[in-house]
Amino acid sequence: PTQVVPGADPSARQLCFAWGPAEVLVCETRFGRAARSRSRSRSRSRALTGSVADTGEGAPGSSRVFVVRRDQDIYIRTLRKLFNESHGIFMGLQRSEEELAGKSRKAQLVQVSKNYRSVIRACMEDMHQAAVSTRDPALQGQYSTQVSILSAMELIWNLCEILFVEAAAAGPLLLRLLDWVRLHVCDVDSMVREVLSSENPSKHKLFWNVVDVFVLQGRMEEARHLLSKEVTANPTSMNMYKILDDLMKKMPMPSLGNTQTLTELELKWQHWHEECQRFLQDGTFASNPHMESICKILVGDEDAILEKKELMTTWYHFLVTRLLYSHPTVKPMELRFYAQSSMDLFLGGESSPEPLDMILMAAFEFEMHQVIKECSIVLSNWWFVAHLTDLLDHCKLLQSHNLYFGSNMREFLLLEYASGLFSHHSLWQLGVDYFDHCPEFGRVYLELHIERIPLNTEQKALKVLRICEQRQMHEQVRSICKIMAMKALRNNRLGSALSWSIRAKDAAFATLISDRFLKDYCERGCFSDLDLIDNLGPSMLLSDRLTFLGKYREFHRLYGEKRFPEAARLLLTLMTAHIAPCSFWMTLLTDALPLLEQKEIIFSAEQTYELMRCLEDLTAGNADKQKFQEDDVETTKVEMLRLALARNLARVIVKEGTVEGS
Amino acid sequence: QDNRISLWSADDLGNVGLNGEYHGEPHLLCDIQHNGDVMDMQFLDQERIVVASSTGTVTIFRHHQNNQTLSANHRWERAHYHVDQDTACGGAACTGLVCNNPEIVTVGEDGRINLFRADQKDAVRTIDNADSSTLHAVTFLRTTEILTVNSIGQLKIWDLRQQRNEPSQIFSLAGDRVPLHCVDRHPNQQHIVATGGQDGMLSIWDIRQGTMPVSLLNAHEAE
Repeated sequence: PTQVVPGADPSARQLCFAWGPAEVLVCETRFGRAARSRSRSRSRSRALTGSVADTGEGAPGSSRVFVVRRDQDIYIRTLRKLFNESHGIFMGLQRSEEELAGKSRKAQLVQVSKNYRSVIRACMEDMHQAAVSTRDPALQGQYSTQVSILSAMELIWNLCEILFVEAAAAGPLLLRLLDWVRLHVCDVDSMVREVLSSENPSKHKLFWNVVDVFVLQGRMEEARHLLSKEVTANPTSMNMYKILDDLMKKMPMPSLGNTQTLTELELKWQHWHEECQRFLQDGTFASNPHMESICKILVGDEDAILEKKELMTTWYHFLVTRLLYSHPTVKPMELRFYAQSSMDLFLGGESSPEPLDMILMAAFEFEMHQVIKECSIVLSNWWFVAHLTDLLDHCKLLQSHNLYFGSNMREFLLLEYASGLFSHHSLWQLGVDYFDHCPEFGRVYLELHIERIPLNTEQKALKVLRICEQRQMHEQVRSICKIMAMKALRNNRLGSALSWSIRAKDAAFATLISDRFLKDYCERGCFSDLDLIDNLGPSMLLSDRLTFLGKYREFHRLYGEKRFPEAARLLLTLMTAHIAPCSFWMTLLTDALPLLEQKEIIFSAEQTYELMRCLEDLTAGNADKQKFQEDDVETTKVEMLRLALARNLARVIVKEGTVEGS
Repeated sequence: QDNRISLWSADDLGNVGLNGEYHGEPHLLCDIQHNGDVMDMQFLDQERIVVASSTGTVTIFRHHQNNQTLSANHRWERAHYHVDQDTACGGAACTGLVCNNPEIVTVGEDGRINLFRADQKDAVRTIDNADSSTLHAVTFLRTTEILTVNSIGQLKIWDLRQQRNEPSQIFSLAGDRVPLHCVDRHPNQQHIVATGGQDGMLSIWDIRQGTMPVSLLNAHEAE
């Protein structure tokens, strides 16, 4: 399906677009008219809204950038409850006992379905409150639309629950359908209330309408109660009333328990039906047209029922009333015939069916896939179809239908829904759980999405990392830690950067950070962030460079505490054990100078020989480089070192050779 | 983003059940929009609440009891930020705060400690680069000393009377440098401090002796 972006005119300017994680950016370019229109968005987009952002710069006649967003619904505050609560129900369903068989499993699934519906109703309430309390007409319109959408969703879901989840059998089926109609056809409620609360109901002009409503909805008790009021006011019709009342009392209804079989009910009903017919044909009610029409309804006279179109308001109400009074033991599979004819009779060629009507019709025909397909097209958000399909899948009602994408319908819808959630700054956490329960592609989708969540605080990064670590997504952990470490590095937060690389066990990055520290030291002559380097602990071993940094700092500390022999030993180890990078040897040797110049001898002969060897290794390596020899400072350093080493050697040989004597 | 600060009323405690469980439902009194994620908040006094934001701003909100509204009373915009805006990568969140009327101490991802007074426009004192890693939480040890914990597992004591920008003491755990996320002090015994770590470890420290925790408890699976 194509979607037009308001304001973008492909005939005037060529358009280009770029995909983002949640949005598409459509932008006008400087080029003229293209041969083909490019304002089409891909077919998987849902309700798209465009908003114009003026860039202000660019070619003459500034070009505009359109932000085309996929899923607006997730940003509606009042729907948040819907997403959160349904997530809880979804998780509960996934974890529920699969071993429960037969009736208890079915009862469990019906309960889940009821939970979903109560969440929709609660959301409807909130939305209604919001619509009533807001003063902004645009918002009010939006909320009202949402209320009617939610109400339609609940209507469809309820029907699916009756037909598919509960799979009500003939008998109870009718009772459920009656409940369904009573719950959802509310247009007459205010009229009913008005009449009932008036002082003298039987004198009210809408009195008979209300009685008719009760009869049409199979509410016999209430109808009889009202009728009794009429008779007390009008005793002449006492006889007729008695008969009618009796008929209504005796009407056989299916029961929920197993107190009678279907055949018994049918028999009783036939009997009763014939009795009603006799009274009608005898002209018992001829003098009271109201009562006569009620009796006609009782015998299931279609025309009589159709006359009360206004009171039924919908074709499905008509369907149920028809069934109640002509075929109360209807079987589920027979519904489709009645449904089609009911809709045709009710609409009577005046109006054409709306999308909602088509969806309900598909349900009555037990075409589950059709229901889901139609809902997907009509609704702007995947929420409804994803959750409903998942529930139906748990009822083992959907055959695994391999789609082009390799996964089944349930997984496809859940993936779409969850992907939509990821573009929200906090609902993405719900999306994670949905991906977890998509066996084929869930993990891949999660891996791709989770790396693209914008991480604007450390706390959010920690949340994301926790999720990755729980699922052994090591690649993603490394990647995210690297991003955070890089950010920290750029902001000069070396400690944070190190902390992130420790978490990812990223040796390469730790090396990078250590090099930064060492560079700082060389430039400034002192260490920054001593609190970090002094307290590295075992994490020092993460990378060689880091170990060197820690040890080097330790050397400085030992020197500061005047523990010279230890300092000397450490310094030597750093060079001989090759912990120090070659580039740093010069600095280390220079650090050795003050130790060599001390009054007391610190380096032993062995150690001095080692130092000399190191120096020679260093200068030999650099002998090729011309620059080195021309550099005065370097040559002076080397000379000083050689001198100091020689002097130390001399002193130490004498000392070691001297016998401690008397 | 639509973040809000909300004030709720928990019905009177007459609603407490047999086990001391609370039975009533809290109801919303008033709320106000907040820019950025709420990282931390605390009551300053009966009417004012201080809130730390992920944008690095610290705001004082006042609760007007007569008409049940909240309003922003005072705001410190760049309490926490990264220096060198050219190369800075994103803002620095203010991660924690603690109040001791009229003083407010805040810490953030930029490793900075700020000392504010409720009625003064600028910070009374700022310790830049107090820490090379992110400071996660702060609490008062005494009226002039504060405790901070950071993401390389260190607990630091700062003496605010002294002018130098160095902690007076540093404690850390042996073993891995697990980031510490929260800190609190024993209500009665001033030298006992507890910290919570990223791995779910709860550590109890005695700050009079040594630099090691007194006991470690494996409280949770994660932070």
